[in-house]
Amino acid sequence: MIASEEQQEYMRSGHMACPGCGEASTMRLVLKVLGEKTIVVIVPSCVGVISATFPNSTFKVPCFHSAFEIAAPTAAGIANALRVQGREDVTALAFAGDGGTFDIGLQSLSGAADRNDNFIYVCLDNEAYMNTGIQSSSSTPQGVWTMTTPGGRQGRKKKFMQIIAAHRMPYAATASIGHPHDLMAKIRKAKNIKGTKFIHTLTPCPTGWRMPENLSAKAAMLAVETKLFPLYEVIDGTEYRITHQPLGLPVQEFTKIQGRYRHFTEEDTAILQREVDDEWEQLVAKTKGCKL
Amino acid sequence: MKTLLQGNYAVAEAVRLARVQLVAAYPITPQTPIYEKLSDMENEGILPGVMMRTESEHSAMAACIAASLTGVRTFTATASQGLALMHEMLHFASGNRVPIVMCNVNRVVAVPWAFGSDQSDSLSQRDTGWLQFYCEDAQEALDTVIQAYRIAEQALLPVMVAIDGFFTSHFIEPIEIPDQASVDAFLPAFSIPTRFNEADPAYIANVVNPEQYMGYRQKSFEDMENTRPLIKEANEEYQRIIGRGYEAVESVNTDDADIVLVTSGAMTSTARVTIQSLREKGVKAGLLKMKLLRPFPTREVQEILKNTRKIAVLDRNISLGKGGIWCQELKAALYPLENRPIITGYIAGICGADVSPDMIEDMVVKALERERSDDLPIWVRRDQ
Repeated sequence: MIASEEQQEYMRSGHMACPGCGEASTMRLVLKVLGEKTIVVIVPSCVGVISATFPNSTFKVPCFHSAFEIAAPTAAGIANALRVQGREDVTALAFAGDGGTFDIGLQSLSGAADRNDNFIYVCLDNEAYMNTGIQSSSSTPQGVWTMTTPGGRQGRKKKFMQIIAAHRMPYAATASIGHPHDLMAKIRKAKNIKGTKFIHTLTPCPTGWRMPENLSAKAAMLAVETKLFPLYEVIDGTEYRITHQPLGLPVQEFTKIQGRYRHFTEEDTAILQREVDDEWEQLVAKTKGCKL
Repeated sequence: MKTLLQGNYAVAEAVRLARVQLVAAYPITPQTPIYEKLSDMENEGILPGVMMRTESEHSAMAACIAASLTGVRTFTATASQGLALMHEMLHFASGNRVPIVMCNVNRVVAVPWAFGSDQSDSLSQRDTGWLQFYCEDAQEALDTVIQAYRIAEQALLPVMVAIDGFFTSHFIEPIEIPDQASVDAFLPAFSIPTRFNEADPAYIANVVNPEQYMGYRQKSFEDMENTRPLIKEANEEYQRIIGRGYEAVESVNTDDADIVLVTSGAMTSTARVTIQSLREKGVKAGLLKMKLLRPFPTREVQEILKNTRKIAVLDRNISLGKGGIWCQELKAALYPLENRPIITGYIAGICGADVSPDMIEDMVVKALERERSDDLPIWVRRDQ
């Protein structure tokens, strides 16, 4: 099963992502699992660029370039139409960035999750508006440099999975290309659950994170192993389960390879480390003894 | 046999008869009874489709667009602020060439907050690429919604059907509900293929270059022009099968008229009575009812008004800095005439304010006395 999935490609080479793009790699893995019976909804974001211009198409499956704030109701509309047509073997899949999910698309995602419409929503989180040239979003971590936070962002990264859990969706999970088999297993799981499924992926962006283009997979892996971006799933908004035990590396292993953290003082890093440790403890407490 | 129904329920009956497969909606006064009635129908199992109770009008339209692209017949209804919130999606629907039918129940747009009828909400969406029909009463609303599906699906363009808030939407009128077999004979099953075919995958709404974009807009413009015969044919066919019909522009006693009064929507019924009483008093007045805004029925109004010397236009809407919108549209359409008429624009009935037969009579008589067209409209208010 896994072997055959890994051989299939649903993204064409020659797409328009920057070299080393974490989003392109993430989408490739997601589509390998979902296969040809998938309708992809994309919205303005880096994906809108990666998907290529007319008459080219990066995706080998049907794709609809919808509007910025409506990834969820678009996928939901498709899913309900598929139900009317008796084509429920087809998966409706939405790809949206952190801006399209944490900010402008939050309301419509909440509405679709409340109705529990049957689709998979994959948030490709590169922690800023990268498509428009690196502007801060509510997913940008505190203190991080962007073009609109030249002195470092004041606000803190929105705890989005808590918002998602509050909707009591049947399935939600975090994943990244640093742990590709974990990511693919979660997509496989989501494919077989009815209702709204949310996958929060951290997608490193060499351009916006100010790092060499060969470090995306490593950065994604380090985000997990430093406990900055733990890998877990949430069933029905209540049952938490950590899917990978992180090594617990110091956070600077993740931050030191990125220019957007260059101005961080030792104190800044210490604050970040404390926050990461606190949040990890809160997450472990939520698992209530659920084992790996 | 006729049934007593409010206009909103008549619209819901039309949606049921059109065998709509997906309804996405959000409550807003004065449209809400349409949403509620469709929910009742779903609950009773007589609405064949899926109901999506979205968290906003914007998402309702987003869902309709997506479902329509997937290949099912869709409906939504809104009003006022809801239509304004949808604005982005209105362009998106016509650009995606989806045959959505929407009922807009005309209501003022805030501020100030109010609820009465005013066509400014839908008239200000004039340039979003939708066909727009304005209805006089509940029967016409029901019949127009059914006709709209046939036109939309032939043209692959969305259609908006507008009715006056509280007047048409809430007045209870005797309505003839067509039987399902007749509607089925008029309106074939939805046959637009899915735009999402796994066997032949395509990228919908791709990014294009300036020449491609402009070419697409020109094609869309030409396709909107090509809806003119479709609108006419749909009405003729409806008349043949169901026995009722409505012209894009209806003229009453215009041939020998010294003055023609131009109206749209629910005010037209009052105007009909007024024209009759003016005729009895020896004033040769005629009436022109505008049903279609887009595509604008330029040739039809030119033909009807080519020998008319004086025209009074009643607008239940206002474009600040210009005037009534129907008046501006009409002036532009009549400009090529050799003998251009003298046109007086009146603003009346804003927010559902009273427009009585005696007020209309006064407007017509005064317009008949005028010797030149004025660029500015005349405001007609009961309190002044």
